[in-house]
Amino acid sequence: MSTATVDLREAPIESSVNYLNARYGIKSWLLTLDHKRIGLLYLGTITFMFFVGGTAAVLMRLHLIEPQGALFEPETYNKMFSTHGIIMVFFFLVPSIPATLGNFLIPLMIGARDVAFPKLNLMSWYIFVTGCCFAMYGVISGGVDTGWTFYPPYSSAYSQTHVIAFALGIFIAGFSSILTGLNFVVTIHKMRCPGMTWFRLPLFIWSMYATSLIFVLGTPVIAITLALLAAERLLHVGIFDPAVGGDPLLFQHLFWFYSHPAVYIMILPGMGVISELITAFSRKKIFGYTFVAFSSLAIAVISFIVWGHHMFVTGQSIYAGLVFSVLSFVVAIPSAIKVFNWMATLYRGSISYEAPMLYALGFIGLFTIGGLTGLFLASLATDVHLNGTYFVVAHFHYIMVGGAVMAYLGGIHFWWPKITGRLYPDYWARIAAAIVFIGFNLTFFPQFMLGYLGMPRRYAMYPSEFQVLNVMSSAGASILGIGYLIPLVYLIWSMRYGPVASANPWKAKGLEWTTASPPPTENFAEIPVVNEDAYNYPVAEPRHYPDAPGVARV
Amino acid sequence: MMGILQSGVGVLGDVAAMIPLQPPAASSIAAGIDKLYFVLTGITLFFAVLIFSIIFYFMVKYRRRSDDEVPAETHTSMFLELTWTIIPSLICVVLFVWASELYVRNSRPPASSNEIFVIGKQWMWHLQHPEGPREINELHIPVGVPVKLTMTSQDVIHDFYIPAFRVKKDVLPGRYTQLWFQPTEVGTYHLFCAQYCGTNHSEMIGWIYVMPPSDYAAWLAGGEQTESLAQQGERLFSQFGCGSCHAAEGSGKGPSLAGIYGKPEKLQDGQSRIVDENLIRDAIMNPNSVQLPNYQPIMPTYQGQIDPDQMSQLIAYVKSLGSEERNGK
Amino acid sequence: MSEMAAHTPHSHPPGFAHQFETIEQQREAGTLGMWVFLVTEILFFGGMFTSYIIYRALHLQSFIEGSHDLFVKFGATNTAVLICSSLTMAMAIRSAQTGKSKRTIIGYLLVTMLLGATFLFLKLRFEWYADWKEGLIPGVSWIPSAAHTPGVKMFMCFYFFMTGLHALHMVVGLGILTVLVIMTARNRFSSQYYQPLEISGLYWHFVDIVWIFLFPLLYLIGGRYPGS
Repeated sequence: MSTATVDLREAPIESSVNYLNARYGIKSWLLTLDHKRIGLLYLGTITFMFFVGGTAAVLMRLHLIEPQGALFEPETYNKMFSTHGIIMVFFFLVPSIPATLGNFLIPLMIGARDVAFPKLNLMSWYIFVTGCCFAMYGVISGGVDTGWTFYPPYSSAYSQTHVIAFALGIFIAGFSSILTGLNFVVTIHKMRCPGMTWFRLPLFIWSMYATSLIFVLGTPVIAITLALLAAERLLHVGIFDPAVGGDPLLFQHLFWFYSHPAVYIMILPGMGVISELITAFSRKKIFGYTFVAFSSLAIAVISFIVWGHHMFVTGQSIYAGLVFSVLSFVVAIPSAIKVFNWMATLYRGSISYEAPMLYALGFIGLFTIGGLTGLFLASLATDVHLNGTYFVVAHFHYIMVGGAVMAYLGGIHFWWPKITGRLYPDYWARIAAAIVFIGFNLTFFPQFMLGYLGMPRRYAMYPSEFQVLNVMSSAGASILGIGYLIPLVYLIWSMRYGPVASANPWKAKGLEWTTASPPPTENFAEIPVVNEDAYNYPVAEPRHYPDAPGVARV
Repeated sequence: MMGILQSGVGVLGDVAAMIPLQPPAASSIAAGIDKLYFVLTGITLFFAVLIFSIIFYFMVKYRRRSDDEVPAETHTSMFLELTWTIIPSLICVVLFVWASELYVRNSRPPASSNEIFVIGKQWMWHLQHPEGPREINELHIPVGVPVKLTMTSQDVIHDFYIPAFRVKKDVLPGRYTQLWFQPTEVGTYHLFCAQYCGTNHSEMIGWIYVMPPSDYAAWLAGGEQTESLAQQGERLFSQFGCGSCHAAEGSGKGPSLAGIYGKPEKLQDGQSRIVDENLIRDAIMNPNSVQLPNYQPIMPTYQGQIDPDQMSQLIAYVKSLGSEERNGK
Repeated sequence: MSEMAAHTPHSHPPGFAHQFETIEQQREAGTLGMWVFLVTEILFFGGMFTSYIIYRALHLQSFIEGSHDLFVKFGATNTAVLICSSLTMAMAIRSAQTGKSKRTIIGYLLVTMLLGATFLFLKLRFEWYADWKEGLIPGVSWIPSAAHTPGVKMFMCFYFFMTGLHALHMVVGLGILTVLVIMTARNRFSSQYYQPLEISGLYWHFVDIVWIFLFPLLYLIGGRYPGS
């Protein structure tokens, strides 16, 4: 390595033209067609929504410190958890990784200048913001108290709150998801650079592809379902309300036909991020590339036929229950395969522990617990007891927060130098990661116990024997809240004061690291040509075991 | 110093002692479900510990020692991939079979159950004993006797949940769902609504009193003497003039209802349905939907005239006609 | 795209976007994009078709009654109108492909629009307006009738929801056609580049096909004719 090369890599990039300094002014952002800028627009929007939803969560947990409820009337509490659920699911988790990191990274990773339809991409953001506005109007004008699941006839005939504003917001935001998914599918199919074959794609791309399929296939169903619900509420016509001949369970079927796959919209991109992080920080090729890649597709496909496991106690037939139960067990297998492959990737790696890696390792642990507790709910007999209790709440938070949000934060940290051209303070980032991990477990582990004890979810007050566990959970939530605020502070700080980042500060593989940080507007000076597999990290000459498959000796 | 430490441990111990770990197990199915639950917990702990410790071991063993370190190559191994596909699959198969067998077994109520009607409404539980007494948010039952609940809702979806019995079932408007349990321990247990139903959802709670048979008999005798549910139904039956068409001998314009409960009937549109609570309800509310082939479609709908309370009484009456038939009276 | 125009130094065919490497790549991307969009649309209508079929099974009698309140002759006329419009749309694309004059292309497009407008006019004037007068629109103008079983209202709900959504797609289609007419008039298309025409055609045919499903489902399978 000559010093000249090092100098080149560490050279300040301030002077060069990149996507951030190519044009200035508010108009250059609001009318941008650059996928990287659109990704940042999404980042700002969902960060705002995250803190709206997060505030509601913290207030809820504070309220639950006392059995009789410490802060609010039950009505207000109901609005809190509904707002929290709706904002977090539809306006944060669903767009989180796809719309920010996906938008930013997909063209960079596959060696393209932009997504296939840049105008459509910008339009998706505007549609999303419109949806957010409806939701925020709903929040400000008094909230909604139906829960994020909107079950009729409560939502259509009984609730006195702003159901329609939220339903409309979700309906509109849904079209943003559909168009983003469409854009990604076409981009991944048609925009790959020469030599970038399907099996050389980074696994993040595979997971985004699987996610996009769910966007395209699932979202229209929830859109039409919520439209029917709004029509029933607005025009007092009978579609789901049994008082006028409707079937409330049909709503649940249609709702979960989308909303179960939506769970995988949230976690699949996270899995993609983890595959990138694990390989980069252990400097190893992913173990079992094809298995990890195809497990994403398998999850996407199977996720569409397991919705009935949300309805085991609604009185659906025993046979339907058995079918949905077995399918729910099946969907667990591809996730298990991923976890084992990540572990095997670590084996004999060169592992370092910068903040993104801490998030990634935290993800594996929490996702494992979240996934395994899913087995309790896929098992019919135990689901009868646990359905509708805090056990379910704990389970999906282990997946959604312990999984998806950890991966999202890990990804944001990992690609932050690429996005902004600046380094964040790794010391604070590690502390934040540890606080998030501890706060998270303290918040949600007691909820597993509460659920088994029988405490139903969505309770504004509860019998006093559940108090100790609730206080523990509330204490954890405040720690978790602080853990989320720290990155907000130092990441914003780093944008101005952070040390300038090189093109490849982690020495990671992948096309996005071959271009400057931040990348130029059109990503690459020349469209790259790929002639190697993904994660082709340098390896030492095999010494002791020349031919044997190394891993078999664990 | 030791003292502080000891008292610290003591406080922690006190707090730990305040944390309940298990809900009371007071029904015939609770032990079976708990066993499955503990095995699942064991599997979860095993894999969590396994994965955590392997990660931790790798973290230490393969930590990066210098920045230009180059790791050794490993190759994807089909053997490993198959191992960690097949072993979890086998575990899942075992769990599925176990859980499903248990579930199917738990779904079947014993033949001789004490039948109680439950009506959920915002935000209270209304329970009707076959002997006539009604209760609000409380249910008194004798220990050891199976109880079958026939449940419906007057407004939104509720859910009848007794954690100590490990049973739960949604309570839906416009149809009947069934739930059964057999209490095995005398005691007082929580009743919760487990499906979000509006503002005071968390106050839609109550108590289940499981009593020794003698206490139960005393409780039943102690209350106001009322007609049984079936008798109340009979009164409604004549009040609405149902008997003019549904004559007992089958000579009226409508089918006789004697002995009809629990039998399959072939409907005009070709499908066959068992005469159960839902069919009786449909016949009264929406007669066209269950038209019998050999009769004129002349029965009017009673939508809006009969409330869920009266519906339970009528159903109990129709059922009692069936049981008399079977008993040969 | 204008902001990127400065970045493309060498000359490109009209309509070529900066993010693509070849015009072929752009063409394939556009077509795939429209197909993916149509898949989404199928799921969109699919949710409603599923609900319709389930409720039809649950309230068969009412749905049959309800379908008797619809005007089959207008439904049938409209079916013919839409099929014709698909033909003229296909002719417009064919004309562009074979390099016919822009007058021919615009002519076919205008006939397509006219047929689409005819569909909407017939639907509005002779079906929905009549329903409105008769009080058959749930939630808007509903006159309870003793002759109707309660489920008829639900049938009418689905009728308006499904045909309304379809009509909305028709209106969007007319908007797209207007844009295409303007683009054609400005010489944006040639026998090498006519992709917007092609993918808009896909959309138009899709809307047509939805109607081909709606017509029998709503109007015909109500036991109105012997054997059905």
